[in-house]
Amino acid sequence: MNSKKALFSAGAVIGLIAVALVWFGNPQNMGFCIACFIRDIAGAVGVHRAEAVQYIRPEIIGLVLGALLMALAGKEFQPRGGSAPMTRFILGVAVMIAALVFLGCPLRMVLRIAGGDLNAVVGLVGFIAGIAVGVVFLKRGYSLKRTYQMPTLDGLWLSAVQIALLVLLVAAPAFIFFSESGPGSMHAPLLLALAAGLIVGGLAQKTRLCMVGGIRDVILFKDWTLLMGFLGILVVALIGNIALHYFKVGFIGQPIAHVDGVWNFLSMTAVGLGSVMLGGCPLRQLILSGEGNADSAVTVVGYFVGAAIAHNFGLASAATAVAEDGTLSGGPSAAGKVATVIILVVLVIIAVANSKRQETVKEG
Amino acid sequence: MKTVDARGLSCPQPVLLTKQALADKPAELTVLVDNATARGNVQRFAGNQGYQVEIREEGGEYSLLLHK
Repeated sequence: MNSKKALFSAGAVIGLIAVALVWFGNPQNMGFCIACFIRDIAGAVGVHRAEAVQYIRPEIIGLVLGALLMALAGKEFQPRGGSAPMTRFILGVAVMIAALVFLGCPLRMVLRIAGGDLNAVVGLVGFIAGIAVGVVFLKRGYSLKRTYQMPTLDGLWLSAVQIALLVLLVAAPAFIFFSESGPGSMHAPLLLALAAGLIVGGLAQKTRLCMVGGIRDVILFKDWTLLMGFLGILVVALIGNIALHYFKVGFIGQPIAHVDGVWNFLSMTAVGLGSVMLGGCPLRQLILSGEGNADSAVTVVGYFVGAAIAHNFGLASAATAVAEDGTLSGGPSAAGKVATVIILVVLVIIAVANSKRQETVKEG
Repeated sequence: MKTVDARGLSCPQPVLLTKQALADKPAELTVLVDNATARGNVQRFAGNQGYQVEIREEGGEYSLLLHK
Protein backbone atom coordinates (compact mmCIF):
# COMPACT_ATOMS: atom_id res chain seq x y z
CA MET A 1 0.00 0.00 0.00
CA ASN A 2 1.51 3.36 -0.90
CA SER A 3 1.78 6.03 1.74
CA LYS A 4 -1.06 8.17 0.32
CA LYS A 5 -3.50 5.25 0.59
CA ALA A 6 -2.12 4.32 4.02
CA LEU A 7 -2.68 7.86 5.28
CA PHE A 8 -6.16 8.13 3.79
CA SER A 9 -7.09 4.78 5.36
CA ALA A 10 -5.69 5.77 8.76
CA GLY A 11 -7.59 9.06 8.51
CA ALA A 12 -10.75 7.16 7.58
CA VAL A 13 -10.46 4.93 10.66
CA ILE A 14 -9.84 7.98 12.86
CA GLY A 15 -12.87 9.77 11.36
CA LEU A 16 -15.02 6.71 12.05
CA ILE A 17 -13.77 6.36 15.63
CA ALA A 18 -14.32 10.09 16.24
CA VAL A 19 -17.97 9.90 15.21
CA ALA A 20 -18.41 6.67 17.20
CA LEU A 21 -17.06 8.40 20.33
CA VAL A 22 -19.76 11.07 19.95
CA TRP A 23 -22.37 8.32 19.59
CA PHE A 24 -21.06 6.77 22.83
CA GLY A 25 -21.19 10.01 24.78
CA ASN A 26 -18.52 12.56 23.82
CA PRO A 27 -19.73 16.12 23.04
CA GLN A 28 -20.74 16.68 19.41
CA ASN A 29 -17.96 17.28 16.91
CA MET A 30 -15.61 16.34 19.74
CA GLY A 31 -14.86 12.67 19.21
CA PHE A 32 -11.32 13.88 19.51
CA CYS A 33 -9.97 17.29 20.45
CA ILE A 34 -6.45 17.36 21.76
CA ALA A 35 -6.75 20.93 23.05
CA CYS A 36 -10.14 20.39 24.72
CA PHE A 37 -9.11 17.07 26.25
CA ILE A 38 -5.83 18.34 27.70
CA ARG A 39 -7.84 21.29 29.03
CA ASP A 40 -10.30 18.84 30.63
CA ILE A 41 -7.42 16.95 32.27
CA ALA A 42 -5.97 20.24 33.56
CA GLY A 43 -9.39 20.92 35.07
CA ALA A 44 -9.68 17.43 36.57
CA VAL A 45 -6.43 17.82 38.48
CA GLY A 46 -7.51 21.27 39.61
CA VAL A 47 -5.04 23.60 37.93
CA HIS A 48 -8.07 25.48 36.62
CA ARG A 49 -11.54 25.53 38.15
CA ALA A 50 -13.81 25.88 35.14
CA GLU A 51 -16.46 23.47 36.42
CA ALA A 52 -17.86 22.51 33.03
CA VAL A 53 -14.57 21.20 31.65
CA GLN A 54 -13.06 18.79 34.16
CA TYR A 55 -12.46 15.15 33.25
CA ILE A 56 -9.45 12.88 32.79
CA ARG A 57 -9.90 12.02 29.11
CA PRO A 58 -8.83 8.41 28.46
CA GLU A 59 -8.38 9.27 24.77
CA ILE A 60 -5.26 11.32 25.59
CA ILE A 61 -3.85 8.50 27.75
CA GLY A 62 -4.52 6.05 24.92
CA LEU A 63 -2.98 8.26 22.24
CA VAL A 64 0.35 8.57 24.04
CA LEU A 65 0.51 4.92 25.12
CA GLY A 66 -0.68 3.69 21.69
CA ALA A 67 2.15 5.64 20.08
CA LEU A 68 4.62 4.29 22.65
CA LEU A 69 3.56 0.68 22.03
CA MET A 70 3.58 1.06 18.25
CA ALA A 71 6.99 2.75 18.37
CA LEU A 72 8.39 -0.04 20.55
CA ALA A 73 6.91 -2.68 18.23
CA GLY A 74 8.39 -0.97 15.17
CA LYS A 75 11.75 -0.32 16.87
CA GLU A 76 11.14 3.43 16.43
CA PHE A 77 11.22 4.41 20.10
CA GLN A 78 14.01 6.98 20.40
CA PRO A 79 14.59 9.04 23.56
CA ARG A 80 15.56 12.42 22.10
CA GLY A 81 15.48 16.05 23.12
CA GLY A 82 17.42 19.24 23.57
CA SER A 83 16.02 21.25 20.66
CA ALA A 84 15.13 24.55 22.36
CA PRO A 85 12.89 23.00 25.05
CA MET A 86 11.92 26.28 26.73
CA THR A 87 10.96 27.88 23.41
CA ARG A 88 8.84 24.81 22.70
CA PHE A 89 7.18 25.15 26.10
CA ILE A 90 6.25 28.78 25.30
CA LEU A 91 5.01 27.76 21.85
CA GLY A 92 2.91 25.05 23.50
CA VAL A 93 1.34 27.58 25.87
CA ALA A 94 0.65 29.95 22.95
CA VAL A 95 -0.89 27.30 20.69
CA MET A 96 -3.15 26.04 23.48
CA ILE A 97 -4.48 29.48 24.42
CA ALA A 98 -5.18 30.26 20.75
CA ALA A 99 -6.88 26.88 20.27
CA LEU A 100 -9.16 27.63 23.22
CA VAL A 101 -10.08 31.02 21.73
CA PHE A 102 -11.15 29.10 18.61
CA LEU A 103 -12.58 26.20 20.70
CA GLY A 104 -10.64 23.32 19.26
CA CYS A 105 -7.36 21.96 18.01
CA PRO A 106 -6.76 21.36 14.28
CA LEU A 107 -8.17 17.83 14.60
CA ARG A 108 -11.41 19.12 16.11
CA MET A 109 -11.48 21.83 13.43
CA VAL A 110 -11.66 19.06 10.81
CA LEU A 111 -14.32 17.21 12.84
CA ARG A 112 -16.31 20.45 13.17
CA ILE A 113 -16.17 20.99 9.42
CA ALA A 114 -17.35 17.39 8.99
CA GLY A 115 -20.31 18.27 11.22
CA GLY A 116 -21.28 21.21 9.00
CA ASP A 117 -19.86 23.91 11.30
CA LEU A 118 -19.00 26.79 8.94
CA ASN A 119 -17.19 28.67 11.74
CA ALA A 120 -14.56 25.95 11.48
CA VAL A 121 -14.25 26.63 7.74
CA VAL A 122 -13.35 30.23 8.67
CA GLY A 123 -10.91 28.73 11.17
CA LEU A 124 -9.43 26.52 8.44
CA VAL A 125 -8.75 29.55 6.22
CA GLY A 126 -6.97 31.23 9.15
CA PHE A 127 -5.11 27.98 9.88
CA ILE A 128 -3.87 27.76 6.28
CA ALA A 129 -2.82 31.42 6.43
CA GLY A 130 -0.84 30.76 9.63
CA ILE A 131 0.85 27.73 8.07
CA ALA A 132 1.72 29.78 4.97
CA VAL A 133 3.39 32.40 7.18
CA GLY A 134 5.26 29.61 8.98
CA VAL A 135 6.46 28.24 5.63
CA VAL A 136 7.94 31.65 4.79
CA PHE A 137 10.02 31.44 7.98
CA LEU A 138 10.98 27.80 7.24
CA LYS A 139 12.28 28.90 3.85
CA ARG A 140 14.25 31.67 5.55
CA GLY A 141 15.98 29.05 7.70
CA TYR A 142 13.74 28.92 10.79
CA SER A 143 14.97 26.12 13.05
CA LEU A 144 14.90 25.23 16.73
CA LYS A 145 18.22 23.45 16.15
CA ARG A 146 19.12 19.83 16.60
CA THR A 147 17.88 17.18 19.01
CA TYR A 148 20.23 14.81 20.78
CA GLN A 149 20.10 11.35 22.30
CA MET A 150 18.60 11.44 25.81
CA PRO A 151 18.52 8.84 28.61
CA THR A 152 15.76 6.27 28.00
CA LEU A 153 13.84 7.45 31.06
CA ASP A 154 13.66 10.98 29.65
CA GLY A 155 11.73 9.64 26.70
CA LEU A 156 9.30 7.77 28.94
CA TRP A 157 8.11 10.47 31.34
CA LEU A 158 5.01 11.59 29.48
CA SER A 159 3.94 7.96 29.07
CA ALA A 160 4.49 7.39 32.80
CA VAL A 161 2.31 10.41 33.55
CA GLN A 162 -0.44 8.88 31.41
CA ILE A 163 -0.39 5.72 33.51
CA ALA A 164 -0.62 7.86 36.66
CA LEU A 165 -3.59 9.71 35.13
CA LEU A 166 -5.27 6.39 34.33
CA VAL A 167 -4.88 5.30 37.96
CA LEU A 168 -6.37 8.63 39.12
CA LEU A 169 -9.27 8.24 36.67
CA VAL A 170 -10.11 4.73 37.85
CA ALA A 171 -9.52 5.41 41.56
CA ALA A 172 -11.31 8.80 41.36
CA PRO A 173 -9.99 10.21 44.64
CA ALA A 174 -11.82 13.20 46.12
CA PHE A 175 -9.18 15.70 44.99
CA ILE A 176 -9.85 14.97 41.31
CA PHE A 177 -12.64 17.09 39.80
CA PHE A 178 -15.21 15.57 37.45
CA SER A 179 -17.72 17.88 35.75
CA GLU A 180 -21.34 17.23 36.66
CA SER A 181 -22.65 19.25 33.72
CA GLY A 182 -21.29 20.74 30.52
CA PRO A 183 -18.86 19.23 28.01
CA GLY A 184 -16.66 17.70 30.73
CA SER A 185 -19.56 15.56 31.91
CA MET A 186 -20.14 14.17 28.42
CA HIS A 187 -17.88 11.26 27.67
CA ALA A 188 -17.79 7.81 26.14
CA PRO A 189 -17.27 4.85 28.52
CA LEU A 190 -13.73 4.67 29.90
CA LEU A 191 -12.55 1.44 28.28
CA LEU A 192 -14.02 2.39 24.91
CA ALA A 193 -12.39 5.82 24.95
CA LEU A 194 -9.09 4.31 26.06
CA ALA A 195 -9.21 1.73 23.27
CA ALA A 196 -10.08 4.46 20.76
CA GLY A 197 -7.04 6.44 21.89
CA LEU A 198 -4.76 3.41 21.69
CA ILE A 199 -5.86 2.57 18.14
CA VAL A 200 -5.59 6.15 16.89
CA GLY A 201 -2.26 6.62 18.70
CA GLY A 202 -0.85 3.53 17.02
CA LEU A 203 -2.16 4.52 13.59
CA ALA A 204 -0.91 8.07 13.89
CA GLN A 205 2.53 6.87 14.98
CA LYS A 206 2.80 4.47 12.07
CA THR A 207 1.62 6.93 9.42
CA ARG A 208 3.03 10.20 10.93
CA LEU A 209 -0.43 11.73 10.48
CA CYS A 210 -0.43 15.46 11.20
CA MET A 211 -2.99 18.17 10.46
CA VAL A 212 -0.34 20.90 10.16
CA GLY A 213 2.20 18.82 8.28
CA GLY A 214 -0.36 17.96 5.60
CA ILE A 215 -1.03 21.55 4.61
CA ARG A 216 2.61 22.59 5.18
CA ASP A 217 3.95 19.90 2.83
CA VAL A 218 1.52 20.91 0.08
CA ILE A 219 2.65 24.56 0.30
CA LEU A 220 6.33 23.73 0.74
CA PHE A 221 6.88 20.68 -1.48
CA LYS A 222 3.61 20.17 -3.39
CA ASP A 223 3.53 16.81 -1.58
CA TRP A 224 -0.05 15.72 -0.88
CA THR A 225 0.81 12.56 1.09
CA LEU A 226 0.24 13.81 4.64
CA LEU A 227 -2.85 15.78 3.64
CA MET A 228 -4.52 12.48 2.70
CA GLY A 229 -4.88 11.73 6.42
CA PHE A 230 -6.73 15.00 6.92
CA LEU A 231 -9.00 14.20 3.96
CA GLY A 232 -9.65 10.66 5.21
CA ILE A 233 -10.86 12.02 8.56
CA LEU A 234 -13.01 14.67 6.86
CA VAL A 235 -14.70 12.35 4.36
CA VAL A 236 -15.52 9.52 6.78
CA ALA A 237 -16.55 11.80 9.67
CA LEU A 238 -18.79 13.69 7.22
CA ILE A 239 -20.47 10.46 6.10
CA GLY A 240 -20.76 9.30 9.72
CA ASN A 241 -22.26 12.60 10.85
CA ILE A 242 -24.83 12.52 8.04
CA ALA A 243 -25.72 8.89 8.80
CA LEU A 244 -26.22 9.58 12.51
CA HIS A 245 -28.05 12.89 11.89
CA TYR A 246 -25.38 14.99 13.59
CA PHE A 247 -24.73 16.93 10.38
CA LYS A 248 -26.14 20.46 10.25
CA VAL A 249 -24.73 23.19 8.01
CA GLY A 250 -24.51 26.71 9.38
CA PHE A 251 -22.79 29.21 11.61
CA ILE A 252 -25.29 29.54 14.46
CA GLY A 253 -26.30 26.71 16.75
CA GLN A 254 -23.18 24.60 16.22
CA PRO A 255 -22.06 22.47 19.15
CA ILE A 256 -19.36 24.11 21.33
CA ALA A 257 -18.47 26.82 18.82
CA HIS A 258 -18.70 30.58 18.57
CA VAL A 259 -19.67 32.67 15.56
CA ASP A 260 -17.11 35.48 15.73
CA GLY A 261 -15.38 35.07 12.36
CA VAL A 262 -12.51 37.49 12.94
CA TRP A 263 -11.37 35.66 16.08
CA ASN A 264 -12.03 32.20 14.67
CA PHE A 265 -9.72 33.22 11.82
CA LEU A 266 -6.99 34.90 13.90
CA SER A 267 -6.88 32.28 16.65
CA MET A 268 -6.42 29.51 14.09
CA THR A 269 -3.79 31.61 12.30
CA ALA A 270 -1.88 31.54 15.60
CA VAL A 271 -2.46 27.77 15.98
CA GLY A 272 -1.23 27.17 12.41
CA LEU A 273 1.86 29.36 12.72
CA GLY A 274 2.76 28.11 16.20
CA SER A 275 2.29 24.48 15.16
CA VAL A 276 4.51 24.86 12.07
CA MET A 277 7.15 26.34 14.38
CA LEU A 278 6.79 23.27 16.64
CA GLY A 279 6.96 20.87 13.70
CA GLY A 280 3.48 19.44 14.11
CA CYS A 281 -0.07 19.80 15.40
CA PRO A 282 -1.08 18.95 19.00
CA LEU A 283 -2.00 15.38 18.00
CA ARG A 284 1.44 14.90 16.47
CA GLN A 285 3.13 16.28 19.60
CA LEU A 286 1.33 13.66 21.72
CA ILE A 287 2.44 10.92 19.34
CA LEU A 288 6.05 12.13 19.27
CA SER A 289 6.00 12.23 23.08
CA GLY A 290 5.02 8.56 23.07
CA GLU A 291 7.88 7.83 20.67
CA GLY A 292 10.29 9.21 23.24
CA ASN A 293 10.65 12.82 22.08
CA ALA A 294 11.22 14.82 25.28
CA ASP A 295 10.88 18.13 23.40
CA SER A 296 7.36 17.17 22.37
CA ALA A 297 6.66 16.10 25.95
CA VAL A 298 7.73 19.57 27.10
CA THR A 299 5.40 21.01 24.44
CA VAL A 300 2.52 18.95 25.84
CA VAL A 301 3.31 20.30 29.32
CA GLY A 302 3.12 23.74 27.67
CA TYR A 303 -0.37 22.87 26.34
CA PHE A 304 -1.38 21.83 29.84
CA VAL A 305 -0.16 25.09 31.40
CA GLY A 306 -1.66 27.06 28.50
CA ALA A 307 -5.05 25.48 29.19
CA ALA A 308 -4.85 26.48 32.84
CA ILE A 309 -3.89 30.05 31.91
CA ALA A 310 -6.66 30.22 29.31
CA HIS A 311 -9.33 29.39 31.89
CA ASN A 312 -7.84 31.08 34.97
CA PHE A 313 -7.34 34.37 33.08
CA GLY A 314 -10.64 34.18 31.20
CA LEU A 315 -8.98 33.91 27.78
CA ALA A 316 -10.91 30.88 26.56
CA SER A 317 -13.99 31.66 24.47
CA ALA A 318 -17.50 30.73 25.52
CA ALA A 319 -19.62 28.78 23.08
CA THR A 320 -22.29 30.90 21.40
CA ALA A 321 -25.67 30.34 23.01
CA VAL A 322 -28.94 31.26 21.31
CA ALA A 323 -31.67 32.59 23.59
CA GLU A 324 -35.35 31.94 22.91
CA ASP A 325 -35.79 35.41 21.44
CA GLY A 326 -32.86 34.74 19.09
CA THR A 327 -30.25 36.90 20.81
CA LEU A 328 -26.76 35.47 20.84
CA SER A 329 -24.40 35.36 23.81
CA GLY A 330 -20.91 33.97 24.32
CA GLY A 331 -17.99 34.18 21.94
CA PRO A 332 -14.42 35.28 22.54
CA SER A 333 -13.72 37.40 25.63
CA ALA A 334 -12.01 40.79 25.41
CA ALA A 335 -9.05 39.27 27.25
CA GLY A 336 -9.01 36.38 24.79
CA LYS A 337 -8.82 38.81 21.86
CA VAL A 338 -5.93 40.69 23.46
CA ALA A 339 -4.20 37.37 24.18
CA THR A 340 -4.59 36.26 20.56
CA VAL A 341 -2.93 39.45 19.29
CA ILE A 342 -0.11 39.13 21.84
CA ILE A 343 0.38 35.49 20.86
CA LEU A 344 0.64 36.39 17.16
CA VAL A 345 3.25 39.05 17.94
CA VAL A 346 5.24 36.70 20.21
CA LEU A 347 5.14 33.94 17.58
CA VAL A 348 6.56 36.27 14.93
CA ILE A 349 9.29 37.43 17.32
CA ILE A 350 10.24 33.80 18.09
CA ALA A 351 10.18 32.97 14.37
CA VAL A 352 12.41 35.91 13.42
CA ALA A 353 14.80 35.22 16.31
CA ASN A 354 15.28 31.62 15.16
CA SER A 355 15.53 32.21 11.41
CA LYS A 356 18.94 32.21 9.87
CA ARG A 357 20.76 30.16 7.34
CA GLN A 358 22.61 27.26 8.88
CA GLU A 359 25.71 25.62 7.49
CA THR A 360 24.53 22.07 7.04
CA VAL A 361 25.85 21.36 3.55
CA LYS A 362 29.45 20.26 3.30
CA GLU A 363 31.52 19.95 0.16
CA GLY A 364 33.50 16.73 0.16
CA MET B 1 29.96 14.90 -3.58
CA LYS B 2 27.93 17.12 -1.28
CA THR B 3 26.67 15.91 2.09
CA VAL B 4 23.63 17.32 3.86
CA ASP B 5 23.89 16.73 7.59
CA ALA B 6 20.31 16.73 8.83
CA ARG B 7 20.96 14.63 11.92
CA GLY B 8 18.94 15.83 14.88
CA LEU B 9 16.73 18.01 12.72
CA SER B 10 13.01 17.39 12.63
CA CYS B 11 10.79 17.52 9.59
CA PRO B 12 10.40 19.40 7.37
CA GLN B 13 13.99 20.65 7.72
CA PRO B 14 15.75 17.51 6.40
CA VAL B 15 13.55 17.60 3.29
CA LEU B 16 13.96 21.36 2.94
CA LEU B 17 17.77 21.09 3.10
CA THR B 18 17.68 18.21 0.62
CA LYS B 19 15.52 20.30 -1.70
CA GLN B 20 17.97 23.20 -1.52
CA ALA B 21 20.93 20.89 -2.16
CA LEU B 22 19.18 19.36 -5.17
CA ALA B 23 18.42 22.79 -6.66
CA ASP B 24 21.48 22.74 -8.91
CA LYS B 25 20.72 19.14 -9.90
CA PRO B 26 23.83 17.27 -8.68
CA ALA B 27 24.38 13.72 -9.95
CA GLU B 28 24.81 12.50 -6.37
CA LEU B 29 24.04 13.70 -2.88
CA THR B 30 24.42 12.15 0.58
CA VAL B 31 21.87 13.02 3.25
CA LEU B 32 22.45 12.07 6.89
CA VAL B 33 19.40 11.75 9.16
CA ASP B 34 18.80 10.08 12.51
CA ASN B 35 15.12 9.26 12.68
CA ALA B 36 12.78 7.08 10.67
CA THR B 37 10.37 9.91 9.86
CA ALA B 38 13.09 12.02 8.26
CA ARG B 39 14.43 8.96 6.45
CA GLY B 40 11.02 8.23 4.95
CA ASN B 41 10.32 11.85 4.04
CA VAL B 42 13.70 12.43 2.36
CA GLN B 43 13.37 9.13 0.52
CA ARG B 44 9.91 10.08 -0.75
CA PHE B 45 11.01 13.56 -1.77
CA ALA B 46 14.10 12.27 -3.59
CA GLY B 47 11.97 9.69 -5.37
CA ASN B 48 9.56 12.40 -6.51
CA GLN B 49 12.55 14.36 -7.88
CA GLY B 50 13.64 11.36 -9.95
CA TYR B 51 16.52 10.17 -7.76
CA GLN B 52 17.29 6.60 -6.72
CA VAL B 53 17.95 6.22 -3.00
CA GLU B 54 20.27 3.78 -1.27
CA ILE B 55 19.98 3.69 2.52
CA ARG B 56 22.64 2.53 4.95
CA GLU B 57 21.88 2.30 8.66
CA GLU B 58 24.47 2.53 11.37
CA GLY B 59 23.71 2.86 15.06
CA GLY B 60 20.31 4.52 14.62
CA GLU B 61 21.61 6.94 11.99
CA TYR B 62 20.84 6.71 8.33
CA SER B 63 22.99 7.64 5.38
CA LEU B 64 20.91 8.18 2.23
CA LEU B 65 22.81 8.16 -1.05
CA LEU B 66 20.78 9.91 -3.73
CA HIS B 67 21.76 9.34 -7.36
CA LYS B 68 20.15 9.59 -10.78
